[in-house]
Amino acid sequence: MRFVLKTNYHRDVDLFRDKFQFCWFAVLLVFVLSLPMFTGTYVESQLTLVFLWSIAGAGLMILVGYTGLISLGHAAFLSVGAYTHAILLDLGVPPFVSIPSAMLLCSVLGVVVSIAALRMTGIYLAIATLAFAMIVEKVVKNWSSVTGGNAGFKVAPPEIFGWELNSTAYYYLCLLVLTLVMLGVSNLLRAPTGRAFIAVRDSEISAQATGINLVKTKALAFAVSAALAGLAGTLLAYQWHYLFPDSFSMITSIKLLMLVIIGGLGSMSGVIFGAIFMTLLPDGIATVREWLPDSIGNLPGLEPFSFGLILILFLIFEPRGISGRWQKIRLFFSQFPLYRNRTFRRQKSFLRTERVH
Amino acid sequence: MFEVSGLSKHFGGVAAVDDVSFSVNEGETFSIMGPNGAGKTTVLNLISRFYDVDEGTVQFGGQDITRVRPHDIARVGIARTFQNIELFERETVLQNLLIAQYIHRQTNIFFDVLFLPRVRRQEVASRKVLEDIIDLLHLQRYREQYIHALPFGVRKLVELARALCLKPKLLLLDEPSSGLNPEETEDLSFWIEDINKELGITILMVEHDMNLIGQVSDRVLVLASGRCIALGTPTEVKDHPDVIAAYLGT
Ligand SMILES: Nc1ncnc2c1ncn2[C@@H]1O[C@H](COP(=O)(O)OP(=O)(O)O)[C@@H](O)[C@H]1O
Ligand SMILES: [Mg+2]
Repeated sequence: MRFVLKTNYHRDVDLFRDKFQFCWFAVLLVFVLSLPMFTGTYVESQLTLVFLWSIAGAGLMILVGYTGLISLGHAAFLSVGAYTHAILLDLGVPPFVSIPSAMLLCSVLGVVVSIAALRMTGIYLAIATLAFAMIVEKVVKNWSSVTGGNAGFKVAPPEIFGWELNSTAYYYLCLLVLTLVMLGVSNLLRAPTGRAFIAVRDSEISAQATGINLVKTKALAFAVSAALAGLAGTLLAYQWHYLFPDSFSMITSIKLLMLVIIGGLGSMSGVIFGAIFMTLLPDGIATVREWLPDSIGNLPGLEPFSFGLILILFLIFEPRGISGRWQKIRLFFSQFPLYRNRTFRRQKSFLRTERVH
Repeated sequence: MFEVSGLSKHFGGVAAVDDVSFSVNEGETFSIMGPNGAGKTTVLNLISRFYDVDEGTVQFGGQDITRVRPHDIARVGIARTFQNIELFERETVLQNLLIAQYIHRQTNIFFDVLFLPRVRRQEVASRKVLEDIIDLLHLQRYREQYIHALPFGVRKLVELARALCLKPKLLLLDEPSSGLNPEETEDLSFWIEDINKELGITILMVEHDMNLIGQVSDRVLVLASGRCIALGTPTEVKDHPDVIAAYLGT
């Protein structure tokens, strides 16, 4: 067994629980940094996608996993981010200006959507955000003089000070951005701003009684979440070279939501797990398809069907996602042979019918 | 210090609270008792602004707080607990208490994202504050535990601790002893006295347990069907004919 001995309060404030955890992350970082030397371009580009989905996932995780607000329209923020960035680049604006502008626009839109979140939760909010995403999709499709409509929009290649980035350099850029995003979000979550999100998630009544302004906190969560989705969108634009309205459809929103649920709500490492899972899934499904008899393997709805099935299986058997499973495995080894199956079982809750009374 | 006058609240046709007036002196422990459905919780919800007041005013420290927004009540200096416990269930005891330091924060989102030294200093300082409260209520061994894994009695204490973290001047307690066993209730009466005497916090408490009321309160207000029927010291009130009638249901 491994104990963490805390001798001062700084230990609880620190980002990493102990030296061991810090080393773990350092090793992981070195591994990811050295990967492009060993792997081919395909794996490299898949990993770049993992990084980008992780950035978008981090944004959605703040909203769904930490503020308890659902969004079925996050693809819209990706889309607005990607198109704004691509259009600004096309106008000759440098990326250092266009990326922040795209993020800013997304966060403004996020605040607008958050107005809906003030009165709605759960399924109603899901529908409202879905409607928002559909409006954005329609606008992108029909405003073809600016966005190119269904013909697509060509994105200028990534450049820093006139030096064009090749795919390996771009891999490192995305890794850097992801690292900064993860650091920033983790910082938020161990400071008052992030705690306000968590408070709103767990009990709006108590949050208000402890002085947290629901309107502002929800707006802030949406703004941060949308800005990160927008950032992911700008980087995806580079990665895809061409933008089409269909790249940001409802399926993308659902995939993002799956990412955070399967990764594990309320866990930032879950975002990475979820992104890896989501990126591997299409390949996995393609492999399984070959194994299946043609009559089943060629069914057109197989991919969405598998998505749905996996999501449902997770919700039933591991609601805390991959990260929850990972924690259990870790605990099992750290407490071996003392681990008890009961450790994670929730105590039976008492009645919560009278919420205010 | 704290004064409620002519407070009324209707739900549909039902008058849950009907023309209730009372005042609480600084440093006092003031109790409200009454049969189920008398409107006690509604009074607390009106004070903490979860409900809009239909008629009447609430004054606190010379300020009219009848229309203050619910999330500003904590800043005014009023903290509360809930009859059925409202904790941040998916977090640890420590997190719950840290969340309650929110109104005392000196940083904003930009400091927080970068986790500047100022944020770290603030974290350590608020940790010191809440460790005192943890010590006061003997919550040390539950510090790192998740709320959903705690027994009911401990959750009640955590809620009390969370209210104290706001550093209130006035503490509203809604049936603090409900669901506690006799020993826990006994401990609670000492803690309420400590909070009142040592921390100098004025207490307004809704309670059923006549023993607890007798031990800790200076004055008691009795409500029945939303109206005040008696006000006085615990002994005076206990023998009041109207109170006996209200409890016997005649
Ligand atoms: N939100 C509400 N909507 C409708 N009726 C309510 C609401 N809250 C309280 N009431 C009614 O007001 C009356 C007083 O309730 P309450 O203040 O909870 O009583 P107590 O706390 O004294 O047991 C009850 O008749 C209850 O049904
Ligand atoms: Mg009540």
